[in-house]
Amino acid sequence: MTYSHLGQNLKMITFLSAIGQSVIANLTKTGRGTLFLKQTLSCTFSVLCHPRLIIKQLFSVGVLTILIITISGLFVGMVLGLQGYYILSDFGAEETLGVMIAASLVRELGPVVSALLFAGRAGSSLTAEIGLMKATEQLSGMEMMAVDPIQRIICPRFLAGCLSMPLLAAIFSMVGILGGQLVGVTLLGVDEGAFWSQMQSSIDFYDDILNGVIKSLVFGFVVTWISLFEGYDAIPTSEGVSRATTRTVVYSSFAILGMDFILTALMFGDI
Amino acid sequence: MHNPKSLDTLVGLFVIIGIGALFFIGMKVSNLASYSNNDGYTITARFENSGGLKVRSPVSVAGVRIGRVTAIDFDNENYESVVQMQIEPQYNTLPDDSSASIFTAGLLGEQYIGLQTGASDEFLTHNSEIEITQSAIVLEEIIGQFLFSEKEN
Repeated sequence: MTYSHLGQNLKMITFLSAIGQSVIANLTKTGRGTLFLKQTLSCTFSVLCHPRLIIKQLFSVGVLTILIITISGLFVGMVLGLQGYYILSDFGAEETLGVMIAASLVRELGPVVSALLFAGRAGSSLTAEIGLMKATEQLSGMEMMAVDPIQRIICPRFLAGCLSMPLLAAIFSMVGILGGQLVGVTLLGVDEGAFWSQMQSSIDFYDDILNGVIKSLVFGFVVTWISLFEGYDAIPTSEGVSRATTRTVVYSSFAILGMDFILTALMFGDI
Repeated sequence: MHNPKSLDTLVGLFVIIGIGALFFIGMKVSNLASYSNNDGYTITARFENSGGLKVRSPVSVAGVRIGRVTAIDFDNENYESVVQMQIEPQYNTLPDDSSASIFTAGLLGEQYIGLQTGASDEFLTHNSEIEITQSAIVLEEIIGQFLFSEKEN
């Protein structure tokens, strides 16, 4: 009787301590991430004095992502054009197709989808690169030579990510709108003048476009931060690096979609 | 991989395409191009009902847009809607007995102010008021009147 009681208590305690452990582990990780961000940001100025480092990273983070962004943007715009046309033509409002495409791209799809693609294409490669540098002890080697790896490796990548994300989102939106125009105007015969003029009269520069740019800046910041930190914090084995890469994509996607809801509520909803 | 020169070129191209895309979205997609710089003169008009008119709705004469609505306020004493509109400076020869009406573009489109020019020799100037106005047509009222008249018959 007393023994089984004891066993139950022990189980309870193990269960509680497992919860406690995971909470503490997550909190310490958040703390390490914040400290990491602080260190990275404190290097910003000195890195800006060496733009060469950033340019090289802009190439691998930004330029190599253009292709996937452009193609996805084109298809997203074309699908929006097709679907929008079939729904709007029920109401005889085909002319508002341009407004629908542009509003959904500039406000939501442009920043969000390009950030998801960015996390998959650039974020995962950043994590793998940093994680592998850690696993092969290149980062500690640098520290040995009195080179700060945060300043030399992390910060340029961080700045390049923050810089290229708004540009990529803008390219995505532009290509998407052109794709929508291709389907709507060229294939389905929506009037071109109405397509563009209704778009221009309904889309506001400050409310829609600037907010979209702010969104993409925030997403770029968060995705690059997550991917660099996951790489920097990875367990230095091949399995650890592969897990960190997976976590980067999963956490980034969650962060993007969650932040998108909050930002949309702040910008467009009257909350 | 790539030699530094071509890397620079590609990065430069990327940045230019990105900024070009932002520019394209700003100018071609949004109303940034039609934001007028704040010169021009302001006139007001009072309406019994300004309907679905919004700030930045167009003001047009003979189908040509000559300005936009800058403010819509409610007059506490006369229970009217006071609409302020800014007219671009080159259209400074509108007669001061012109009348303003609120129209709807299409059946369900956005509402705008249409000015009908009068015959006076005096022109509207900064802060002058349009005396003759016609309120917005509210669809519900018309349907209500229609149903009422049907009942009478």
